Amino acid sequence: MPGSNTVGLKAYGAYVPRLRLSRKAVADANAWFNPALKGLARGERAICNWDEDSLTMGVEAARDCLTPARLDNGAAPAVAAVTFASTTLPFGDRQNAGILATALNFGESVATMDFTASQRAGTSGLLNALQREIGGAAAGDTLFVAADKRRTQASGPQELQFGDAAAAFTVGRGDPVAVYLGGHQLSTDFIDHYRGGDSKYDYNWEERWIRDEGYFKIAPRAIAAALAQTGLDAGAIDRFIMPALIRGVPQKVAALAGIGAGAVRDTLQAQLGEAGTAHPLVMLVDCLQDAGPGETIMVVGWGQGCDVLLFRTTEALAALSPRQGVKGWLARRREETNYNRYLSFNDLLEQDRGIRAELDAPTALSALYRNRDMVLGFVGGKCRICGTVQYPKTRACVSPNCGAFNSQDPHPFAEIPAKVQSWTADNLTYSPDPPAHFGMVVFDEGGRLMAEMTDVSPGEVAVGMPVRMVFRRRAVDDKRGFIKYFWKATPDHTAEDAKGSEV
Amino acid sequence: MARGIKDKVAILGMGCSKFGERWDMNGEDLIVEAVEECLDDAGVERSRIDAAWFSTAIEEQHVGKSGVPLAVSLRLPYIPVTRVENYCASGTESFRGACYAVASGAADIALAVGVEKLKDTGYGGLPQRMRGAVADMYWPNASAPGSFAQLATAYSAKHGVPADTLKKAMAHVSVKSHANGAKNPKAHLRKEIDIDTVLNAPMVAEPLGLFDCCGVSDGSAAAIVTTPEIAKSMGKADLVSVKALQLAVSNGQEASHNSWDGSYFMTTRRAAERAYKEAEIRRPRDEVSMFEVHDCFSITELVTMEDLYLSEEGTAWKDILDGFYDADGKIPCQIDGGLKCFGHPIGASGLRMLYEMYLQFQGRAGARQLDDPKIGMTHNLGGFPHQNVSSVSIVGRYDA
Repeated sequence: MPGSNTVGLKAYGAYVPRLRLSRKAVADANAWFNPALKGLARGERAICNWDEDSLTMGVEAARDCLTPARLDNGAAPAVAAVTFASTTLPFGDRQNAGILATALNFGESVATMDFTASQRAGTSGLLNALQREIGGAAAGDTLFVAADKRRTQASGPQELQFGDAAAAFTVGRGDPVAVYLGGHQLSTDFIDHYRGGDSKYDYNWEERWIRDEGYFKIAPRAIAAALAQTGLDAGAIDRFIMPALIRGVPQKVAALAGIGAGAVRDTLQAQLGEAGTAHPLVMLVDCLQDAGPGETIMVVGWGQGCDVLLFRTTEALAALSPRQGVKGWLARRREETNYNRYLSFNDLLEQDRGIRAELDAPTALSALYRNRDMVLGFVGGKCRICGTVQYPKTRACVSPNCGAFNSQDPHPFAEIPAKVQSWTADNLTYSPDPPAHFGMVVFDEGGRLMAEMTDVSPGEVAVGMPVRMVFRRRAVDDKRGFIKYFWKATPDHTAEDAKGSEV
Repeated sequence: MARGIKDKVAILGMGCSKFGERWDMNGEDLIVEAVEECLDDAGVERSRIDAAWFSTAIEEQHVGKSGVPLAVSLRLPYIPVTRVENYCASGTESFRGACYAVASGAADIALAVGVEKLKDTGYGGLPQRMRGAVADMYWPNASAPGSFAQLATAYSAKHGVPADTLKKAMAHVSVKSHANGAKNPKAHLRKEIDIDTVLNAPMVAEPLGLFDCCGVSDGSAAAIVTTPEIAKSMGKADLVSVKALQLAVSNGQEASHNSWDGSYFMTTRRAAERAYKEAEIRRPRDEVSMFEVHDCFSITELVTMEDLYLSEEGTAWKDILDGFYDADGKIPCQIDGGLKCFGHPIGASGLRMLYEMYLQFQGRAGARQLDDPKIGMTHNLGGFPHQNVSSVSIVGRYDA
């Protein structure tokens, strides 16, 4: 039975981008070349906006997971480690978990690590976090985040099947919402697909071989080992989570393992698509949003072998504070039917972007380090003398009645509600998605920012509109391969979101 | 308040190049075009100039940094040349430097020259450029129209003026300036337009359409200043003197403190208050004959009419629609076409405004000559509504 010393998942969170690409739009554009795509032209897939990537989605999923503790003071709750899993990491050599931890204001004393290079990085990363907690190596909870922004070439089937999303969990001892029962890792160099270190895209082998020689032979062995290790009977599995793009695979694997057909979870293919290394965990969040106490959940992660993790939900699950989770974010959607825009956002189109797009703006890494809390963490200042909250934090208080030097303490801004004071939709300045929306955003606690806006529908912005701040790509320095991140304002679809979370 | 420099400095001569797309001219050539006229008008040789101030804003686009480009263009005899920059208000800064030198006695005769050669970018609008290592990490990627357009959304919300009503008043601003500019041979844009053209123009930054935005121009303007005593000793009559020069610079309050509502210029109000005091003007709406304001965008001109205390707050749009600021209105504004049509070569614009005042006082403004103006005011703004510099100058007849 769970108790104060039990290791498991203490909270969950997720993120799904607002844009949903209509599969019909993709098939309509490409069926002339690949008629088989017509068979996949149902539903939609989640796609990143131009300013989203695995890291920005990871930050959002983490914020969702840390709700509402983070909302109380804008600062991150205490965790000992932040780990991040993705095979689409924005940086190949700059720790992505470190950027995530900085964006969430975890400070310097947190352990950070990236997990990557396999679709199994998500489940293996979560296993690693659980084992660290069990083994006592962790000095506190671990925030584990998995995210993938899938990258494909144009007009292949995976362009329709993949999706972009993120999931996050707080892992630790205490009173988990899902107790970790045990698991198993099977490693074998089964190459259903691969992506070379310098390649942008996956190279795939034949589906029938992957199904018969891979899924059907490897996964049942891993499942059997996990059941043996935990002493559970296959029939005890209430929920079976296994992503697979080949039709019928999760059902057949469950049957081979002796798991009831009714336990097999929907892969969210119709609404989201498959979110790579994050996907089993995205499905786990979705499952936890449905589950009652005492349910046994099996999660299968696939990629050069097979991970199997077993959890049992607790009474604490129902007591978890409201959050978006997968269901909330899925309900917050905007259909994208312009396939060309998708191609453009994903660098799949050689576009004439005009001379204004040529501006060469390198980042001063020394200045970024000096201002990392301000830029990545969105930390401003609060004057000790007059109480004025302000952004950025400067050496002289901005209050016209104060002006004191050296009087400000750090004050996190990301979770403070804000409203639009003035705005425009700018067709002149370069934007990957014109017109560029920006405006003066005024924070309820004081302070303001002339902020870029994102995830805005035309005609949506108005003076007085509530907004929330989100961590996004500001720009990409193509010449140097550097991605510039900052915070933007986005319409606070609270009502829309709340409706979603009740599903 | 300091005593100020009212009537301590007189304009000895002025010059202004033709503004526009001067494809055949370098910045250095434009300087010579303006200064040749200025020297002829002043009736002095270059050797009489004790010191010079030189304004450009986006110098990396044309002449480069420092005072050297001015000294080289004019082959000045190794005198002090100070290059000044204060966003789009740079032109007035060179004038201020020259006037202060004369008022202080440090120079008998001083030269102010502004230039901007903008049309070498390959695209329309102002050149895009970096804003500094730190600002580039958090400032929005905003165009100038995008920054100023927000005045309109904030003004509409604050004063309850419907967006389409405000848009019509803004359109009137542009129609009026086009009518004025059509009469100015040195203006960049010399075509009259009707209100429908403005209202139906492509949107640049909501709600600013193409005709709500001023021209992006090449050009140069220059002034030679001295003391009234020296001017008289040179035989000059009908002197035009400086009544007030004031500048207010944002300290970040608009950008970072919630006391500003986004619908007006804190700087312009401060600078105007100080300028009226320095010039001893109590009722500007009655006492000032004409205005040249920084109409980079139609909405800028509209709110500036309130910030200069000409229209009551929240009513400028009515005065504008009533024709109060038209060429035949009570206080003509932008009689030379303004930034909108004369054009906006940044470093020259403040001097261009003063050039028009100077011509009007001397009865040399041709088809656009006003009837006996006595006091004129220029307003030269730089930056963005939420962070800017605002320069207000009052000039007039020395005997007024």
